[in-house]
Amino acid sequence: MNYEAPATMKEASKLMAKAKGEAYLLAGGTDLLVRMKSGMVEPDLVVDIKRIPATQEIKKTSNGYVIGAGVACATLGRHKGLLKDWPGVVEAANLIGSDQIQGRCTMVGNLCNASPAADSVPAMVAARAKAVIVGPKGRRTLPVEKVVTGPGSTSLKKGEIVEAIKLPKRESRSGDAYLRFVPRTEMDIAVCSAGVNLTLGPKGVIKQARVSLGAVAPTVVLVPAAARALTGSKLDDKALDKLAAACEAACSPIDDKRGTVEFRTEVAGVLARRAAKIAYERAGGK
Amino acid sequence: MTSDTSYTDQEFSLIGTRPIRPDGVDKVTGRARYGADASAPGQLVGLILRSPHAHAKIKSIDTAKAEKLAGVKAVLTAADLPDLTNGNRASYDVLENCMARDRALYDGHAVAAVAAIDEVTARKALKLIKVSYKKLPHVTDVDEAMKDNAPIVQPHVRTAGGDPDKQTNIAQVSTFGHGDVEAGFAKADYIVEESFKTEQTHQGYIEPHACLATLGPDGQGELWVTTQGHYTFRNVCAELLGLEVAKLKVTSSEIGGGFGGKTHVWMEPVALALSRKANRPVKLVMSREEVFRASGPTSSTSVDVKLGATRDGRIVAATATLRYQDGAFPGIWGMLGAMTSFACYDLENVKSVGYDVLVNRPKVAAYRAPSAPMAAFGVESCVDLLAAKVGMDPVDFRLLNAAKEGTKASYGPPYGPIGIGPTLETVKKHPHMRARLGKNQGRGMACGFWFNFGGQTCCDLNIGVDGTVNLTVGTVDVGGSRASLSLIAAEELGIPYESVKCTIGDTASLGHNDTTEGSRGTFSSGMATIFAARNAIEELKARAAQTWEINAKHVEWENGQAIAKGIEHSNLGPLTLEELARKSPTTGGPIAGHNEVVADGAGVSFASHICDVEVDPETGSTKVLRYTVVQDAGKAIHPDYVEGQFQGGAVQGIGWALNEEYIYGKDGRLQNPGFLDYRIPVCSDLPFIDTEILEIPNPNHPYGIRGVGETSIVPPLAAIANAVSNAVGVRMRHIPMSPPRVLKAIKEAQMEEEAQQQVSAG
Amino acid sequence: MTGVHVSTTVNGDAVEFVCPGSESLLDVLRNRLGLTGAKEGCGTGDCGACSVTVDGQLVCSCLVLGAEVEGREVTTVEGMARGDELHPLQRQFIENAALQCGICTPGFLVAAKALLDRNPSPNEEEIRYALAGNLCRCTGYDKIVRAVNAAAKDLAREAKRSGKKRKRA
Repeated sequence: MNYEAPATMKEASKLMAKAKGEAYLLAGGTDLLVRMKSGMVEPDLVVDIKRIPATQEIKKTSNGYVIGAGVACATLGRHKGLLKDWPGVVEAANLIGSDQIQGRCTMVGNLCNASPAADSVPAMVAARAKAVIVGPKGRRTLPVEKVVTGPGSTSLKKGEIVEAIKLPKRESRSGDAYLRFVPRTEMDIAVCSAGVNLTLGPKGVIKQARVSLGAVAPTVVLVPAAARALTGSKLDDKALDKLAAACEAACSPIDDKRGTVEFRTEVAGVLARRAAKIAYERAGGK
Repeated sequence: MTSDTSYTDQEFSLIGTRPIRPDGVDKVTGRARYGADASAPGQLVGLILRSPHAHAKIKSIDTAKAEKLAGVKAVLTAADLPDLTNGNRASYDVLENCMARDRALYDGHAVAAVAAIDEVTARKALKLIKVSYKKLPHVTDVDEAMKDNAPIVQPHVRTAGGDPDKQTNIAQVSTFGHGDVEAGFAKADYIVEESFKTEQTHQGYIEPHACLATLGPDGQGELWVTTQGHYTFRNVCAELLGLEVAKLKVTSSEIGGGFGGKTHVWMEPVALALSRKANRPVKLVMSREEVFRASGPTSSTSVDVKLGATRDGRIVAATATLRYQDGAFPGIWGMLGAMTSFACYDLENVKSVGYDVLVNRPKVAAYRAPSAPMAAFGVESCVDLLAAKVGMDPVDFRLLNAAKEGTKASYGPPYGPIGIGPTLETVKKHPHMRARLGKNQGRGMACGFWFNFGGQTCCDLNIGVDGTVNLTVGTVDVGGSRASLSLIAAEELGIPYESVKCTIGDTASLGHNDTTEGSRGTFSSGMATIFAARNAIEELKARAAQTWEINAKHVEWENGQAIAKGIEHSNLGPLTLEELARKSPTTGGPIAGHNEVVADGAGVSFASHICDVEVDPETGSTKVLRYTVVQDAGKAIHPDYVEGQFQGGAVQGIGWALNEEYIYGKDGRLQNPGFLDYRIPVCSDLPFIDTEILEIPNPNHPYGIRGVGETSIVPPLAAIANAVSNAVGVRMRHIPMSPPRVLKAIKEAQMEEEAQQQVSAG
Repeated sequence: MTGVHVSTTVNGDAVEFVCPGSESLLDVLRNRLGLTGAKEGCGTGDCGACSVTVDGQLVCSCLVLGAEVEGREVTTVEGMARGDELHPLQRQFIENAALQCGICTPGFLVAAKALLDRNPSPNEEEIRYALAGNLCRCTGYDKIVRAVNAAAKDLAREAKRSGKKRKRA
């Protein structure tokens, strides 16, 4: 196996584009090395992008934040601005694995690993995050929910690399939250999860909302019906009931070692309710 | 030998104190050497190819390409491990488990092995081995395996004492008890009858199996290995490979946890055979996935319990049917389940029947008080239910029915002085029992029993010229026993704890010691150490007598020194152990003590646990809020490590009760062979585990010691099940009580309640 | 096989090694540098027995490639004691009987040190969550949490003492 650690994104993209055999990008490595260990993948080439300076940066711009592909999730948790503006995204990213994993894992890696149970993805989807993609044909941006096409597969083309995540500028009176269900308190993969992002209008009425669910379908799902259930409400019990029902209706999970169809469906609704309450409070609603 | 009866209620000066352990610095600096930490010049890397099928005929194995790969030094199949077991079926089973012969019996069963110059090469070689399989029908569930039309796991197996012509998966049926249970139930005012299931769990030691094997063409070999029983490993490896026992030296490395799982050989004979074939040292280390798929987890079970009591709260009849799967090879696990199930109680009419059942899963090994936790889960759940029917407090109900000195145990013998009653009395008075519970919270308690074991033991105690002492024992230190044995030697000799250095001897330096299992380490090596020290004291007294030129019978040993007794010797000042040691070169040479013993009389052990939980009614998730262990230790030699055993066992039980389970797919393959999805408790899942050590001396040990290692895993399944059931108002009958199972039980109960309300409303 | 040549710092010492590109830092430490303090309990980042720090960041060395540590600073359990003086965590682990078999101990010590470096006075819950990536199967974690707590107090006392000394100077 060849290991390369290029200094520029262009170089990295070139290496990936011309690679023969199996080639993988290495950011945090917390998924890739596990798959290598189990023999699921046997790379001929691994391209480590962490030596590219831009991948290590969190930039605040007039349009929001740009988070480099190599930024470890632990670093997100220490960024005061991000924590204030996008607490749901940060808490989702900080739920991935232990402190040891946090020191390495990245949101971009979490996205590109293309697991429906990825913790940071529902929160990013709810937040309207975009992926910045570089490739042989230049740069493009894509809503995060368009990156993953199924378990383990993405819409990225050969040589394309997600170089950063863009989070939009935070509107006032907005809040987001992410909750997942795991059997233990730590170290587990989400059995199901929910992300809620909302903005309040006058008198605490929800003006806009986005609701996403993880681990209940082949990809993370955005649930417009759930968002509609919230919009126009002050998060009363009726709205919460409708939210839970919409979420349950959006679930098409599988039975596997981590949970049953029945359990995932039911608990997805419970988590959406609870996440909505947190997001509402964060937005200043009472 | 018969049991030792030299117990005296003596005052101790060191026993019961908490000095630091002798291996502490090595273990906090990374210096301690475990199974995978040894290397030898020229060593090869060994790897094993494993069956991807639950049950398959091995039609052929083509190793030609692997053998030709540059850097490959040996390729091994069953053909390289001829059957030398002389019709000993138990030994043949071990051989077959180490390397599949004509059939792969479970997902993960070894089918071939390689040794190569490095891991990359060895991995490549494994891929070049072509195995042609014919898949056979498989069975992994214990109840399914007992059915008449179930796929047969081992065609030669017949139920012991059963139909000699009938192929079956039921290897053994074991019945225990006494009295007339039918008559007992006829007298009962209340009867409880319930069925329970538990899923398969693994010991989950953090250190995978690992060894470094060297075996030459001269039949001489060395094995460095993580094991609970290096003498047993030596005997088994020698038998399977046709070696002379004395020519195979086995050294136990520091052991990174065993809990019963390192009492059997798994890949060690293969490592030795690879080394013999390559004529180079071979290091073989299992991956975590291999540990889960191909070492020895505990049984999954299916248990029925029936209890009857009279209005005054006396249990008048008790029966249990316990079905344990043994994996693909016959074991004694159902038998142990049947033996332990009712051991806590004083019962006139009792019967338990244990089934040992074969399935296409890895061979079951001991796991801390093997088989007892699952039986206790069923019985202690029913005891709670029966107490409720009778209208008694569960602790009072247990106290009323608890076994005591003189009770005939349900598995046969009468009890001596035992701790079940005292642990229950302690629970009854414990502040934990009076703490207030909040919404969605519940409390449960349960009792547990374990036999404990003694077995063959020997040790050497050598006194150095400066008066310090080398204590060499043959039981592996799995949890701090070097500290407790050093305390015992120092106590007996009357010297400081720091003057004793305790070492685990290899198989060339001591006689046979049974495997460190059955909580026997401190009990049996403690006994041997006391006798060896007394043996050395006799010699010390003789040397003092010689020095003083008086008769040895006038010399006594007190506080680490020889004292000349009698007025006529009042001019003779005491001689310390150090003084006698310094003189030893000229008084007869080195001074030592030895002991070889079959340490019978291991005192049985009982525990009672209390547990508080909170259940999230919307997700079925359970949090353990508070946990208290009360257990009889006989005598706590080093209380820190006694508490450590109580806490560790309780937490393993908590993991088992709530989340740990082997999950097999329809294809018979294990779906969760890793610590991500085989969920052992993490630090943030738990509260502090409170402990109370009771000391009811074992009359069959000079210091009153009972084993303490195992009993602590017995009550938690039931204690937590009782707590969860009390919290949610639904009886939990299936372990682990994972969130999906608990939520389903809550929902079903709600629906039932609603249906009943509709009926009564209509 | 394509070897990668790596120059790095381990426990303050400059070291060089060549390893296959696919080899983990854990295997490099154990098999090439003779530092067997870090253990492989799982190889998948689920047990923490292989914990080390890279540039001060706590990681599972089984999930880092050896090739990645070029020019970095790696610290392992072997680098915790100062000469013959044990780190307060090491001392308290022994004094509190916070280990039974000891296989997880190196990982716990490295993780606990990373915690105390960033949060010198953690409460019980913070200790428990910070150590959730380290599995122990012997102790039930009880005495480990107590040992970390005791070491935090020792370190605070030491810091106070050296602070006073500095003032006097």
